[in-house]
Amino acid sequence: MIGLFLGTLRWDDVTFVEFWRTPDLNNAIAAAAAGLLVLGVVATLILLTVRGWWRPLWRDWLTSLDHKKIGIMYVALALVMFARAVAEANVMRAHQATAALDAGLVAPDHFAELFSTHGTIMIFLVAMPLLTGIMNFVMPLQIGARDVSFPLLNAISLMLTAAAAGLVMVSLVLGHFSTGGWSGYPPYTGADISPGEGPDYWIWALTLSSIGSTLTGMNFAVTLYKRRVQGMHLFRMPLFCWTVLCTSILMIFAMAPLTLATLMLWLDRHAGFHFFTVGSGGDMMNFANLFWLFGHPEVYILILPAFGVWSEVFSTFSGKRLFGYLSLVYATMAIAVLSFTVWLHHFFTMGQSANVNAAFGIATMLIGVPTGVKVYDWLLTMMFGRVRLRVPMLFANYFLVTFLLGGVTGVLLANPTVDYGVHNSLFLVAHFHNMLIPGTLFAMLAAIHLWFPKAFGFRLHEGWGRAVFWLMAPGFLLAFMPLYAMGMMGGMRRTAYFSDPLFRPWLWAAEAGAVLILAGFAALVVQIVVSVRRRDALAVPAGDPWDGRSLEWLGPAPAFEFNFAGEPKVEDVDAFTALKAQGEAYRRQETYEDIEMPRNSAVPVVIGALAGLAAFAMVWQAWATAALAFAGVWAVVIGRSFVRDTERTIPAAEVEAAHRAWLADVAAATPVHRRDELTPENRGLAEEPL
Amino acid sequence: MTPDRILPTCLLFFAVGAPAAAQEQGFLWAAGPVAEAQRAHFVSILWWMAVVTVPLLIGLPLILWRYRLNGGGGRYRRDWGASPLAEVAIWSVPVVVVGFLAWNLWHATLSLDPYRPLGPDPLEVQAIAAEGHFLFLYPDEGIVTVDRLLLDADRTARLKLTSVDVLRSVMVPRLAGQIYAMPGMTTELNLAAFAPGTYAGLNTQYSGPLFPEERFETEALPETNWHARIEATRDGAGPLPPDVLQRIAMGDGAEAYLAADADLFARIAAPSSHGAHR
Ligand code: HEM
Ligand SMILES: [Cu+2]
Ligand SMILES: [Cu+2]
Repeated sequence: MIGLFLGTLRWDDVTFVEFWRTPDLNNAIAAAAAGLLVLGVVATLILLTVRGWWRPLWRDWLTSLDHKKIGIMYVALALVMFARAVAEANVMRAHQATAALDAGLVAPDHFAELFSTHGTIMIFLVAMPLLTGIMNFVMPLQIGARDVSFPLLNAISLMLTAAAAGLVMVSLVLGHFSTGGWSGYPPYTGADISPGEGPDYWIWALTLSSIGSTLTGMNFAVTLYKRRVQGMHLFRMPLFCWTVLCTSILMIFAMAPLTLATLMLWLDRHAGFHFFTVGSGGDMMNFANLFWLFGHPEVYILILPAFGVWSEVFSTFSGKRLFGYLSLVYATMAIAVLSFTVWLHHFFTMGQSANVNAAFGIATMLIGVPTGVKVYDWLLTMMFGRVRLRVPMLFANYFLVTFLLGGVTGVLLANPTVDYGVHNSLFLVAHFHNMLIPGTLFAMLAAIHLWFPKAFGFRLHEGWGRAVFWLMAPGFLLAFMPLYAMGMMGGMRRTAYFSDPLFRPWLWAAEAGAVLILAGFAALVVQIVVSVRRRDALAVPAGDPWDGRSLEWLGPAPAFEFNFAGEPKVEDVDAFTALKAQGEAYRRQETYEDIEMPRNSAVPVVIGALAGLAAFAMVWQAWATAALAFAGVWAVVIGRSFVRDTERTIPAAEVEAAHRAWLADVAAATPVHRRDELTPENRGLAEEPL
Repeated sequence: MTPDRILPTCLLFFAVGAPAAAQEQGFLWAAGPVAEAQRAHFVSILWWMAVVTVPLLIGLPLILWRYRLNGGGGRYRRDWGASPLAEVAIWSVPVVVVGFLAWNLWHATLSLDPYRPLGPDPLEVQAIAAEGHFLFLYPDEGIVTVDRLLLDADRTARLKLTSVDVLRSVMVPRLAGQIYAMPGMTTELNLAAFAPGTYAGLNTQYSGPLFPEERFETEALPETNWHARIEATRDGAGPLPPDVLQRIAMGDGAEAYLAADADLFARIAAPSSHGAHR
């Protein structure tokens, strides 16, 4: 009976008990990680209680359906998960660097768990929430909308992602995560070879987060089709919105094969199916096929929003219109389409015919064309501009250079001839980190710097931002250039120890780089704390700290809850620049209207909690608990569909008062020249350019 | 190190390639025709890609300097967002480069197909990848070697690959690229060496805790030595026990066996050998 509710979960599965039974260095590290997590949770709970923050947390954040708050929560979640994943990367590197001298820090299985959690977390719980958060915050503002089309669904996506994060976190304390890498290939992850709960943690974490992402994709695509303000034709959307649109479409179509592949793997593991089991007609190659049918579009889900951010950054900080807008739009769409035609390059080495490999190799290289176009469009955006190397721009230019290297190594890997030699090697690891760190991660850091004032009303401290950059930029080079070399010397990924002493100096360099990146992350935390402390000097209430070009900069910082008091006028791609030039950006409105906004709801939190519980129960084969929780999810969904009163009205008078208060802030601010952008004089009003 | 070896080493390593040069592993230190072709292909791509990367590397610092906010001398044209000429150039140059690269790719991929024999009458070897070890079966010679692949340097070789339990991938980097070895399936890899020597071989695909140990030595011997070596191995070896895999796993395997069992490979590579689990 208890088995039905607790499944296979036993005391011995608790990491601390494991350490108690076998107190070695490996278990000590596992217990320390679990202990840190427990301490962190307890400290947070105490802080919330002591400060009396429970109520505001619940009322203003967790139950809010405001796209801006949901976006911020996504980013916060991603940063917490980043702390864990980057720490894991450091443990892996420290282990590898020391492993030849003695046994190293961790046992081989634990090392495998580390690369599996690191990869899974970085992709699904850092990069995805980061970009989903930024898209959430920025996109509706840029198209002049009040919110996304389905605010409740938006919050549900967030809570499902948070549940996935919770599940991966729990695996630190209860049992073990998968050792099969982020790609989880059977037969290794099958029941015969990995009978424990590990692959199930991986399966259910991915299921939760991929469902969340699919829903996000639908939500954003519909929002972009239906919620654009009058005058915002598709070809007047800021480039970032185009990348959001393409990303959303990719999310809709690409997540499904993943959800299916992992569920089929689960059926193989627990229900006696044979989709991927060798013998009995199953075929493991189909898993690779399905996984990468998701996996390749996924890498473009990760990079397209970054391209969008870079486009905004280059144009804003060059004080100039984006060069080649149409080119960039078509290049983005071309990449989105092509990204579905190349997945086979992840297994050129599976023994298919050379013709097939050549076709997919060429398709892969074709993506190089629109990508190359983008790079030059960005370069030309800076030409004839007034370039200011603020923190986002530092990251952007660093990206341009490192992206060349990533592009060259990508084209190399697209050639089956070369791939045969470096597939599975550290060269590949270097290549994808080359894309993911300067590409995705730095773009998201740039985005945080760019839009932070709009979210919180004050700029981030520039000096500490530069510290973040100057730690992370060399850190990346130090951490990953050696991997290109090691890969070409026959060093393979996922290797717990390299017996060849000649790898030693490279490994230490990589470890040093990992430490620098970790330090960069610490600097980011300091930067946020320092900025909060000095928020008065950094405040930009008039709302336009960077002389912005698109609609999100119209209105105060932080933004109105309802985004815009009236309907902004759009006559150009750079809609806000046009408004400023016509002197219409800061006009008083004749009339104000009531505004309907979605009411807060506890439904997403409850759904997230129940779905997380169901997933956790599935991991431990606690069928009764899982069934109850799953039924609970649907009961809540059905119950909610009977609620009619889901909107709340903000009266015209309140809108008018808020709008007037902002105009008063604008009137009180002195326009600043871009030269003085970083001084306390910058209250968010840009000087009229000559 | 020849000049074209220095180029990729330096270009990609940023740092000096000295430790790498001492290493002499991987396809850049090619010791066989396939690896040599891989290396040449690799270098040619780097040259082609320079067409698109070098202008940016030159242009970026110039533009950053000339158009900087404080004191930059460049003209300010805040609405400059399109230029037909520039757009034609930035689309057509990558198209041309990728066109050439695609042509290059097609030919290299077809001519270096790992399934394609590298010469007449290749030496046939069957490789079984198991946890922690590799078994090499020589059907014509009637022997089995463990973690050591004996090649005749004057003859090309054709490997048939399979794996006992999980996905693995077999490569001798200095001779040729890799191909997956999959349970219940047979794949193929053709190899050849320019000259006698010992070359490291390995599994590249994570397969469990013993993964870092899944390595083997490839010894390419001059023809006469090879024959002598096979003879000597045959004389010194005992019969292949039916539970050879378990024994090797337990650490009491021999270095070589007589292969009385001619279809060991076929049995392991047959899908049915994996049966239905549960
Ligand atoms: C912040 C600095 C980072 C460091 C030092 C780092 C380090 C590592 C290391 C040591 C590995 C294992 C490589 C191996 O298997 O030999 C790895 C794998 C991986 N990393 Fe990172 N990483 C970092 C950031 C990221 C980011 C930002 C992402 C994604 C957004 C990412 C995604 C991955 C993935 C997908 C894997 C593959 C896991 C697998 O083999 O299944 N990493 N990283
Ligand atoms: Cu791909
Ligand atoms: Cu196969």
